[in-house]
Amino acid sequence: MKIPKQAKLAIIVAAVVAFVGAIGLGVWFLGNHNVAVLNPAGTIADQQKQLMITATLLMAIVVVPVLAMTFVIAWRYRASNTKARYSPELTGNRWAEAVWWLIPLAIIVVLASIVVVTSHSLDPFKPLASDKKPLRVQVISLQWKWLFLYPDLHVASVNYLPVPTGTPLDFQLTSDAPMNSFWIPQLGGQIYTMSGMSTQLHLMATKAGDYKGSSANISGAGFAGMSFMTHATSQADFDSWVKATANSGKQMTLDSYAELAKPSENVTPTSYAFPAAYDRLYDTVIMKYMSH
Amino acid sequence: MFGRLSLDAIPKSPVTLGGVATMILALLAIIGLITYLKKWPWLWKNWLTSLDPKKIGVMYLIVAGIMLLRGLGDALLIRSEQALNVQGVPLSSDTFQQIFSAHGTMMIFFVAMGVIFGAMNLLVPLMIGARDVAFPFLNAASFWLFAAGMVLVNVSLGIGEFQAAGWLAYPPLSELQFSPGVGVDYWIWTLQIAGVGSLLGGINFLVTIIKMRAAGMTLMKMPLFVWSCLGSLSLIVFAFPILTATLAMLSLDRLLGMHFFTSDLGGNPMMYINLIWAWGHPEVYILILPAFGIFSVVVASFTSKALFGYTSMVWAIWGITLLSFLVWLHHFFTMGAGADVNAFFGIMTMVIAVPTGVKVFNWLFTMFRGRVRFTTPMMWFLGFVVTFTLGGAAGVLMSIPAIDFQVHNSLFLVAHFHTMIIGGVIFGAFAGYTYWFPKFTGFRLNEFLGKCAFWCWLVGFLGAFVPLYILGLMGATRRLDHYDPSLGWQWLFIVAGLGVMTILLGVGFQILQLGYSIWQHKKHPQPAESDPWDGRTLEWSISSPPKEYNYAVAPVVDTRDAFWAMKQSGLKPSKTYVGIEVPKNSPLGMFIAAGAFLVGFGVVWHMWWLAIVGIVAVIIFMLVRFMDDDTERIITAAEIEKMETVR
Repeated sequence: MKIPKQAKLAIIVAAVVAFVGAIGLGVWFLGNHNVAVLNPAGTIADQQKQLMITATLLMAIVVVPVLAMTFVIAWRYRASNTKARYSPELTGNRWAEAVWWLIPLAIIVVLASIVVVTSHSLDPFKPLASDKKPLRVQVISLQWKWLFLYPDLHVASVNYLPVPTGTPLDFQLTSDAPMNSFWIPQLGGQIYTMSGMSTQLHLMATKAGDYKGSSANISGAGFAGMSFMTHATSQADFDSWVKATANSGKQMTLDSYAELAKPSENVTPTSYAFPAAYDRLYDTVIMKYMSH
Repeated sequence: MFGRLSLDAIPKSPVTLGGVATMILALLAIIGLITYLKKWPWLWKNWLTSLDPKKIGVMYLIVAGIMLLRGLGDALLIRSEQALNVQGVPLSSDTFQQIFSAHGTMMIFFVAMGVIFGAMNLLVPLMIGARDVAFPFLNAASFWLFAAGMVLVNVSLGIGEFQAAGWLAYPPLSELQFSPGVGVDYWIWTLQIAGVGSLLGGINFLVTIIKMRAAGMTLMKMPLFVWSCLGSLSLIVFAFPILTATLAMLSLDRLLGMHFFTSDLGGNPMMYINLIWAWGHPEVYILILPAFGIFSVVVASFTSKALFGYTSMVWAIWGITLLSFLVWLHHFFTMGAGADVNAFFGIMTMVIAVPTGVKVFNWLFTMFRGRVRFTTPMMWFLGFVVTFTLGGAAGVLMSIPAIDFQVHNSLFLVAHFHTMIIGGVIFGAFAGYTYWFPKFTGFRLNEFLGKCAFWCWLVGFLGAFVPLYILGLMGATRRLDHYDPSLGWQWLFIVAGLGVMTILLGVGFQILQLGYSIWQHKKHPQPAESDPWDGRTLEWSISSPPKEYNYAVAPVVDTRDAFWAMKQSGLKPSKTYVGIEVPKNSPLGMFIAAGAFLVGFGVVWHMWWLAIVGIVAVIIFMLVRFMDDDTERIITAAEIEKMETVR
């Protein structure tokens, strides 16, 4: 089958128009939507975004020339271009090969040192430096909702995470269900929650706002409904939520926990008073899995 | 008598029932057609009982092709659920989760692995100048075990259910406590049966490459495809036993109430996650290395030039092979292993980018000062370079633990590995399919339709996965059947769904291409060209399609690109023939696999008598084979002479 020249040209023009249009549409779309990972509202997420940009630029040193060379070489040495040199016995060049072993290696050495430094500085287990006393939050993933305990403030909540801005958040996390992963993209990266174990995550909100959180690891039928809202406010607003909740009628006790732990989907956000008598609920949940 | 099996095992979901009906109708249509054409004896004698790796290779590709269609159907269902964003429409959460688990399982174990073993069966013996594989019967048994696993996974659609815990079925979700049904058991036994087939196939081809190369073909004279298979096969031999053992432990938990991976009573699910990825990461290199090998051959052929930097390429393959065993932890940086452990595995991961980058540069410089012919295989290659480079950059990004925390298990990750598997393995498979098709049929595929298919695949791939990269950065995790509409994700899911449909259009072009090319060939038969692309490697030196014995006279090799050298020097192989031993047909490999299927089905449904029948059958058929000394026949020199002159 032979395609006429005009048709070929029309196809190329249409392809270019479609490509440019798609990019324009994409840029317009992104301008109007929240690209959470690139729109940080917390110290950790902010550093992770910077790191992502640095690493991308470093890789561009190799990726951009490769893409350019692919098209330039393929086009220049097309079979119909008889003016181009043809050296069928060119099977290698020690120096050229050394260049493409060593340049990527050099970039990897730079990236590797970045990895060593940031694996420590952004280690989720590492407490954040701050003059403010951190807020302790214990997180339990259940089938299929998140329970947040504030043991020092005697409040608790389900699928709803109010936090004050500018205060380091010390999360301790476990699961009373299959494994989940706790993730609030605008505040920072995730960590697994596993039964019988306690993991840690340290985050801090810098801007007031509502930030979506979810589970990033499948945990059964109701998994998609395990999303929650992180409500970052001023200390004063946070304090008034704590006060109102501590005095409210709903209480998180061993009995209400047992009721809550039963499987349920798309659970409405709720706040509870968390009486001092049940301070050790988090440890009790972990110890449940420790018997032999 | 029937264990757990009762009429309740018939699925209720209309989507599932529709799928079952389609499969049964397709099967009946094929059986009816074969019966109508009276082709059963032909099928039995020439294909089903054949021990010829060229036949077995084609059967692998047919299974992979059919499974690709089912996997794509699953993909379309997944995307339509997400594009509609209404919980329960068209799929319930449970059905949705079964479908994505099945999609992953089938695409990796039956499509990608099928393509790899198909390519090895077809090409490895020919490329090394051998007449067969080291163990022809074992090869047939490997294929039939693979096929038995495929049947078992498809039976789960109509009888019972599939598992709903993701394609790697992490415990404790996959333990009895949370998944009491038969789904996880189907998954375990499917992979056990197919996995044993893969392991046996791996050993077989490893021995074939090491022991059966043509005279003079030292290791450093092997075509790059054979080198890449050698790397892949070493990984199979070391990695698949880990999979078998891990699945065995999970099934002991489920069958006998043990506690290897439960979260209570001393079990440890983290151990499973480590073990499954100690197999799972090498697995992705098992798939990609042969695709690299295909591209190495294709690029050299279509630039009429030897591959640039052969020695570098070999070292790069072995660098990748070794490193692929040192990176498994990057699949779970988020498990909390600690900064130093994460940093080690992150660095090992990004080091893989070095040998991979070297390969890309060497391919580009193979084109340098060559004569590039933009044939369909070459288009697949260029598409691969672009997608694979971008996907690789996304991979390096994720190898930095601190960044991985923000993209792990998000759709960014999903987009990354689909870029590598589709852009790498699948594009490689299609390049190889178009390139070697004339070798096994004697005629070429239609170029125009091939290019239509390529552009649909490329555009569809970008449409399906660029939105997923963005969605991941927007905070969308994988495996969601519904989400808060205010997040604004819906349009991106719709675009992704359109991308899948464009890929399906590409598949349509490929089916059309195959049909049209065969029809054209029947209408205007041309004499078979033995060397349509001006090839460089040994397989093009013999007739297309090759005779059962491949080489009438055992080839002698003294350079790389042996056939290219023969063409340059004008030397012709001698015409003095001697008799050649070839294996006789045997249905026993199929029977052994049928026994293995009964074991799997029996254990899944707790029909213990059936499992015992299966085991006894396997043992009996193996004994029958072992005691049979009359497994070969001789093709005499006179017969060979006759066949070679007809060509």
